[in-house]
Amino acid sequence: MAFAVILIILTIASVLFHYLNPWQATELASNWGTIDVTLLITFAVCGLFFVVICGFMAYVLIRYRHREGNKAHYEPENKKLEWWLIVVTSIGICAMLAPGLVVYGDFVRVPKDAAILEAVGEQWRWTFRMPGKDNKLGTSDVKHISSSNPFGINPDDPSGQDDLLVLSNEVHLPINKPVKVLLRSKDVLHNFYVPQFRAKMDLVPGSVSYFWFTPTRTGAFEVLCAEHCGVGHFNMRGKVFVDEPDVYESWLESLPTYAESLVRDVSLGLEEQGKQLSESRGCLACHSVDGSQSLGPGWLNLYGATETLVDGTTVTVDDDYLKESITDPGAKVVKGYPNVMVAYDFSPEQLDATVAYIRSLAASAEENEVEREEESAPPEAGNTADPVSRGRQLVQGYPRIMQPYPSNDSDTHALVEFTQSIHNDKQGD
Amino acid sequence: MAYAEDAELEELHEPHSFWTKYIWSQDHKVIAIQYSLTAIFVGLIALVLSGLMRMQIGFPGSLETVDPTAYYQYMTMHGMIMVIYLLTALFLGGFGNYLIPLMVGARDMVFPFVNMLSYWAYLLSVIILLASFFVPGGATGAGWTLYPPQAITPGTPGTDWGIVLMLVSLAVFIVAATMGGLNYVTTVLQARTHGMTLFRMPLSVWGIFVATILALLAFPALFVSAVMMLFDKLLGTSFFMPEMMSLGQQLDHKGGSPILFQHLFWFFGHPEVYIVALPAFGLVSDLISTHSRKNIFGYRMMVWAIVAIGGLSFIVWAHHMYVSGMNPYFGFFFATTTLIIAVPTALKVYNWLLTLWRGDIHMTVPMLFSLAFIMTFLVGGLTGLFLGNVIVDIPLSDTYFVVAHFHMVMGVAPILVVFGAIYHWYPKITGRMMNDTIGKWHFWITFIGTYLIYFPMHYLGIQGMPRRYFSYEEIEFIPQSAHDLNTFITVTAIFVGVAQLLFVFNMFHSLFYGREAGPNPWRATSLEWQTPQTPPVHGNWPQKLPVVYRWAYDYSVPGMEEDYTPQTVPDDPAHESIQHDEAGNPDGAPA
Repeated sequence: MAFAVILIILTIASVLFHYLNPWQATELASNWGTIDVTLLITFAVCGLFFVVICGFMAYVLIRYRHREGNKAHYEPENKKLEWWLIVVTSIGICAMLAPGLVVYGDFVRVPKDAAILEAVGEQWRWTFRMPGKDNKLGTSDVKHISSSNPFGINPDDPSGQDDLLVLSNEVHLPINKPVKVLLRSKDVLHNFYVPQFRAKMDLVPGSVSYFWFTPTRTGAFEVLCAEHCGVGHFNMRGKVFVDEPDVYESWLESLPTYAESLVRDVSLGLEEQGKQLSESRGCLACHSVDGSQSLGPGWLNLYGATETLVDGTTVTVDDDYLKESITDPGAKVVKGYPNVMVAYDFSPEQLDATVAYIRSLAASAEENEVEREEESAPPEAGNTADPVSRGRQLVQGYPRIMQPYPSNDSDTHALVEFTQSIHNDKQGD
Repeated sequence: MAYAEDAELEELHEPHSFWTKYIWSQDHKVIAIQYSLTAIFVGLIALVLSGLMRMQIGFPGSLETVDPTAYYQYMTMHGMIMVIYLLTALFLGGFGNYLIPLMVGARDMVFPFVNMLSYWAYLLSVIILLASFFVPGGATGAGWTLYPPQAITPGTPGTDWGIVLMLVSLAVFIVAATMGGLNYVTTVLQARTHGMTLFRMPLSVWGIFVATILALLAFPALFVSAVMMLFDKLLGTSFFMPEMMSLGQQLDHKGGSPILFQHLFWFFGHPEVYIVALPAFGLVSDLISTHSRKNIFGYRMMVWAIVAIGGLSFIVWAHHMYVSGMNPYFGFFFATTTLIIAVPTALKVYNWLLTLWRGDIHMTVPMLFSLAFIMTFLVGGLTGLFLGNVIVDIPLSDTYFVVAHFHMVMGVAPILVVFGAIYHWYPKITGRMMNDTIGKWHFWITFIGTYLIYFPMHYLGIQGMPRRYFSYEEIEFIPQSAHDLNTFITVTAIFVGVAQLLFVFNMFHSLFYGREAGPNPWRATSLEWQTPQTPPVHGNWPQKLPVVYRWAYDYSVPGMEEDYTPQTVPDDPAHESIQHDEAGNPDGAPA
């Protein structure tokens, strides 16, 4: 009896929960409303079976519960009833499968006029490439990948020369134009996933996979990696901006072509070389340069700082420490960060360039201090470190007694501003 | 039935020393207990790991030891232990070993020595697996699917030693499962007693029998992929490794295919779901029939459904790979086969309900767990239709919807059957009843708790929350309420996890203080309840093997005094000769 009552309560609660809970699908931003419809059909059919079966079970449990003198009926089988149930179930299955396959037919057939976007994944970041005027991507190969050619574009392929390169994790798309996303991975499996677009697909090293969609809503949408790709998987983020055509065109014009990127390379200073190196070798996937939280220590204002290591000792970040940490990362790990970086066998020139770049991030920070304070989002590394690292980046000499304060972004921001104002007051004295 | 006659002529060599009786035992009952206790022990470890993971998701940063590396290691080991080392080992090595010989009326497995080796190989695989926590670099954090290239390239935890030990452990486990599996299949086919036709076997035996055949056919695919990946890792071959970079360095591999591994893995992995599910289907059928005092409804259909599900389970594997980058046209085929498999599965659910219908339902602890199984399996089965239908899978793949689905359908549902079955057969195994009050507390907390954990979790996936994330901070589309739900799930999960100690306590406490059970406390019909001694002694039936006259479901037969008629009761009391009815007719019951 108790079970029947709980069963009825759970069934009703599940149905109510389905309609009332706040965790519904994100607002659609692509043409795949049809996918949402198939989801709805599946919910309707499965929901019906769920309620009927649970209801029947509750009825049976109450009606045929054991009472003194009861005896069960004896009926080994009832072929007719069983066949009826099979037929009804099959109808329910077809009601879900048929529309599903029709929509899937659309999903696998890419429209002829679709624009091409190549998303390239590597541990743990995104870059993007688009064909130039010839509307054709140049061929690519892992063996062409170098610091000056991070996409591995075939230098001898004429159609690759005008390819437009996006060496950041932010890409733009025009609204209402179908886009075929070609997916290529440099290292392991990844998955290009934007919840609002509904569609997703794995990136597989050694081959090019694809899917298509049409963005239907302007705005900024987060790209997540949806295939486990190692310890930084959860941190592999990007952004897709869906723009009106004119905004998109002006963004497109700002992009360097592959040919241009090669020319630029010739007259590079040491810092610029280091910058390119850290982009192409994937350093920036784990080391932020804007003060945001990252898997490894961020590089903004790192140079010259004093860091506490896992063994409790401290170290001043200088040329030697940085070089050692690149070639032998496990030797002196900063407290609060996992020991996951692999050793890079950089040449002395490459080491110098990288260190010069990291140094420049500290120097430029000082020079631009006034300027940056006026910006809307000042770098605030320590202060807003997310709860992941809360309690880890503890100032030495103070006990670990503060509890984490859950707060929303605006609260945190206000607190940080206040802290900065105290700092400025002091400097003013 | 030649075996049964031969077996009666053989002399029994009963072991007498402690070592041969309990440690190096060749008795299927002792081996079953060894298997079960080892499986439950590793299962508890995996349960603790899930608690640690949930702490990070519900209360980010609260445990200093759970950094991204540890998180992914716990995640991987939790999944692998639960699927392989707990569920597979417990259903086949535990229940299969204990029940098959007793239920078909055999003295033991046909190869007792191989059976013993099977357990020791299993124990070795467990030791190798657990050792990987203590090697340099720790256990592998590649996820239980172990997808290359990531599983063996730096950037993933445990790529030095952890992954090697994992693959070796799996290979050893498969050796163990094969030795056990050959035994179960041969015993069912060759060692049934007089009159025990295939269609008189209890559904427990059918479920375990078909699951074992699946295991024998599916595990080799995992075995070869483990060996090939070991070669890729240790010898530099390129089975699964294309020309690629790794953290900025070019690797020497060339020409391999990561998707090949996925095909091999899921060619094993999907039947694996049914290797766990079919024994659960079988056991729960017997529980429901016994405790509702009614014959199982549509026995023949139930058997054919088990066989059909087993067969179909080999042609649905790529529904795990809809977004893997394989040729997208495969999706049409695999979506269709996957949804077809829902038909025999649904039929099983209907027939369990129709067994209850017009029954005489006793709300014992085993029955409660069986009913909870039906409800949980129903939810898990229905959400499987979402994921099996390729286009609906695309937005849900790799989200928490998948996590909720497979925990419902092949985590919680089979575990509920395991609990129900242990409460049910414990009196036969030990001679004592388990404590009913503790059992009911354990039941309500586990059933309602797991439902509260996993039902809302589906909606996190519908919202788009990706799985296998160490942290969800700073993802814009995930609102604070979703983090709150995660906190709720964590609190509930830890409560339910701790409550499992009730079960462990009950199991050991009742061993000494439980009420004496007698030979057949549930008044059941199948052979294991008709043994001359309880617990059964070495050889099960020391004198004559039992003779079977009817199917295993003669409950509440009209005209009979009792509401159960054991399989050993002749149709006509005067009729003592052995029936050689091989026709496969379930109507051993009176017409």
